[in-house]
Amino acid sequence: MYGRKVKLRFFFIFLIAVTLSLTIFLILKSLEENVVYFKSPSEIKTLSEMQQKKIRIGGMVKTDSISIVNKELSFVITDFKSEINVVYSGLIPNLFEEGKGVVAEGFLKDENFFSATKILAKHDENYMPPEVKAALEEK
Amino acid sequence: MFQLLEPNRIFSITSKAPKYVLLLFILVVSIGLTEALILSPEDYKQSHSVRIMYVHVPAAWISLGIFSTITILSIVGYIFKIKNFFLISKSLAPSGFVFNVIALVTGSIWGKPTWGTWWAWDARITSMLLLALFYLMYLIAWRIYEDKEQVFKVTSIITILGIINVPIIKYSVDWWNTLHQPASINILSKSTIHSSMLVPLIIMTAAFALFSLLIFLMKYNTELIKIKNKGLDRL
Repeated sequence: MYGRKVKLRFFFIFLIAVTLSLTIFLILKSLEENVVYFKSPSEIKTLSEMQQKKIRIGGMVKTDSISIVNKELSFVITDFKSEINVVYSGLIPNLFEEGKGVVAEGFLKDENFFSATKILAKHDENYMPPEVKAALEEK
Repeated sequence: MFQLLEPNRIFSITSKAPKYVLLLFILVVSIGLTEALILSPEDYKQSHSVRIMYVHVPAAWISLGIFSTITILSIVGYIFKIKNFFLISKSLAPSGFVFNVIALVTGSIWGKPTWGTWWAWDARITSMLLLALFYLMYLIAWRIYEDKEQVFKVTSIITILGIINVPIIKYSVDWWNTLHQPASINILSKSTIHSSMLVPLIIMTAAFALFSLLIFLMKYNTELIKIKNKGLDRL
């Protein structure tokens, strides 16, 4: 039905698409370490050696863990398997709250202790009016 | 079927349609903005800053949609040698690029008060920046190459390279840890956005789609006039 040229062009495009997808997939797979924006506390615990360079740790701010002493904020990041203590002084984003997502950027002092130089709030995918939230909490 | 693609007939549509599309756009965008900025509720967590979503998300969707459309048109156009598809792609690209930039800029404005940063090199944001660069390459290629055959080939290659990035943008938030939150609107599972916020989001998406259609029709009309002036009767 179609000419040989058309079939060849179709095959050509098909080959390009398959080859490129595979290449990109392999590259991304091998770069996984760098593609992730942050590590979880559990991943920090499994690190074979202490990292001296700047890293990011993400998870939930543990409930009732926030305390402020001498303008220094300390809290616990948890992924519900492992925990890590964080100290920080500086500006915090509006959405920083207990029980909510957080990403802390800074340096690892030891495997349980992290000194943050920057705090980012990571919010979740839930959007709803306050009344609905209140109704949900009542249930 | 290809009789329908005769330039004069298309031209009679593309030269008249814009004013109706413009009217429809103004109507839908005013309903959308009223819904988004006044009638829709504030978010329990983010309060009023959630309203940036009604521009940010539709802009991102439209830019992804247009890029996918351009890619399909370019590939089919390349295989079957349909020149018209390339002209349609060329006319679609500018609005896709503009919406991509709008998504990046509004995301940045939204990120500062909520996340605490203007920019993060996370997978979603970086891949979206990459899409903008592909758009830019695509647009520049049309300006660089004079020869039609050459420009069709180069732009097809750019779209094939760029389309691989599209699923990466979509699934980046599921595959890797990102600062960007995962999708709230899911086709297969329950959406995590309240219906009172979903409605303005959909209306704004329709408004942006109409705007893209408007710009497309005007661009495409110009392309047809260029062909007419060259005295060519076929696309």
